[in-house]
Amino acid sequence: MAEVAATLAVQDGMRRTRRLTGIHAWLLLLPALVLLATFTHYPIGATFVRSLFGGGRTGLGPFVGLNNYAAMLDDPVFWQVLRNNFVFAAATVPLSIALALLMAVLVDGKLRGRGFVRLAFFTPTVLPMIAVANIWLFFYTPGYGLLDQVRGALGLASHNWLGDPSTVMACLIVMVVWKEAGFFMIFYLAALQNMPPELKEAANVEGAGRWYFFRRVTFPLLMPTTLFISINAVINSFKLVDQLVIMTKGGPNNASSLLLYYIYEVAFSFWDTAYASTLTVTLIVLLAAVALTKFVYLDRRIHYQ
Amino acid sequence: MRDRLPMLETVAAWCLAVLWLLPLVYAFWSAFHPAEFATRFQLTAPLTLENFARAWSQAPFPRYYFNSVALVLMVLAGQLVVATLAAYAFARLRFAGSNVVFAFVLVQLMIMPDVLIVENYRVVGTLGLLDTIPGIALPYIASAFGIFLLRQTFKGVPNELVDAARVEGASSLGILWRVFVPLAKPTYIAFGLVSVSYHWNNFLWPLIVTNSVESRPLTVGLAVFGAPETGVDWSVITAATVMTMAPLLMAFLLFQRQFVQSFMRAGIK
Repeated sequence: MAEVAATLAVQDGMRRTRRLTGIHAWLLLLPALVLLATFTHYPIGATFVRSLFGGGRTGLGPFVGLNNYAAMLDDPVFWQVLRNNFVFAAATVPLSIALALLMAVLVDGKLRGRGFVRLAFFTPTVLPMIAVANIWLFFYTPGYGLLDQVRGALGLASHNWLGDPSTVMACLIVMVVWKEAGFFMIFYLAALQNMPPELKEAANVEGAGRWYFFRRVTFPLLMPTTLFISINAVINSFKLVDQLVIMTKGGPNNASSLLLYYIYEVAFSFWDTAYASTLTVTLIVLLAAVALTKFVYLDRRIHYQ
Repeated sequence: MRDRLPMLETVAAWCLAVLWLLPLVYAFWSAFHPAEFATRFQLTAPLTLENFARAWSQAPFPRYYFNSVALVLMVLAGQLVVATLAAYAFARLRFAGSNVVFAFVLVQLMIMPDVLIVENYRVVGTLGLLDTIPGIALPYIASAFGIFLLRQTFKGVPNELVDAARVEGASSLGILWRVFVPLAKPTYIAFGLVSVSYHWNNFLWPLIVTNSVESRPLTVGLAVFGAPETGVDWSVITAATVMTMAPLLMAFLLFQRQFVQSFMRAGIK
């Protein structure tokens, strides 16, 4: 009897401690959870709900089912910004990754003035996109800008780089690659510096050439890093729109507009919240798909280890 | 060990580095020279601070600086407190549903406040915080990323240290403050640098929320100042651009190693 009572008392005590720990934990989490619920989870839910209702500057309009989505699929601008976004991603991601890898390999070797070179590559990363856009805007200014001055010196006609639908995207891509490559470089650099030196020694003994070694050993070993960077770069390509506000306003004729910028325009220039919510749902779904890819990939990596 | 790079590659590395710095060099050139030398690169061109003086007097840059500093500090202070408490709960306390709640937190890594501009504008409006600095800061105060980083760090704190502090009679919060926080200093520095750079540079959300000189951070102030309608001289705009970049750029040049390591630590999750 006494033993049972003692066990019960201990169990009771443990339960109380556990409950106390629980309360304690929730109190510690409270500020974070309230803020996250207010600025992440509620907005996500509200976006979905609002995409099912008609417009209205204040409050909800009438329930319209999937009409907003039908309108979106009929909206040529939506398809154009989506296409632009894919072009933007398809160009910036591989370009910045290839450059990042090149930079990392160069900086990883014994190089005179390595610190300076690394600094040069990384500096654009810490600058505000809005400042970068201002600087590059000047390069692209027709006639007066740097690019046209060079062309002028070569006897070529001036060109409105950002005003021409066929060149505007390329101009923005070059700028973004310039800004991002150095950021991705540091991940490659970290991976390269963690590679066991024995590999290199073994390759030297075997007489493997440097290019062969890079292609058959270094590059495959960097694959996880490459995947990691690719996913981050893809996510970034959906978030980077600051430059559009300054340089093109999405123009000419939406040729440089991206999905998030279009959302911004619809919401805060045309004040069509219902449609902006519908577009935001698309963006959320796209980002969720990318994140899911990331999780699947990470799971697989754990399996192989 | 590492081979010395062949001459050709050294030259290539240097060329690429110079090419990478050119846009910045150009910005400084144009900011520190009279407007007529904006595109004429003569070494004899006179240096001047005139562009800075004009930018400084034509727009309320002192106020923008103040706003940006206030914004960055407010975000950072809030993030550190909120993330420390939450990370401690996740790393050290066992409670029912902790995994579910953690997943709930991680949603923010996937859908960042940056893309929820439409609804967050409404939320901030409901709270009556439109056009205020707290209104810009609030959506970012709870940082899933900060919670995640600190949780990882706190998990690695040896139990012996915690037990020792407990024997000495420290309370739970006392242990957090005296054992966990000091040990997590490198994580705090890494997160702090990334957060400060992010919010100093952030643009779209502050642009949406703010509407007046009293709340605009530097990035938005620069965009308003440089808008083509204003007809401001190119050299003056570049000077303003340099002013916007300068604090972060100087911090970066001074603490280069910490910056690179912080971004690396922050990126590898």
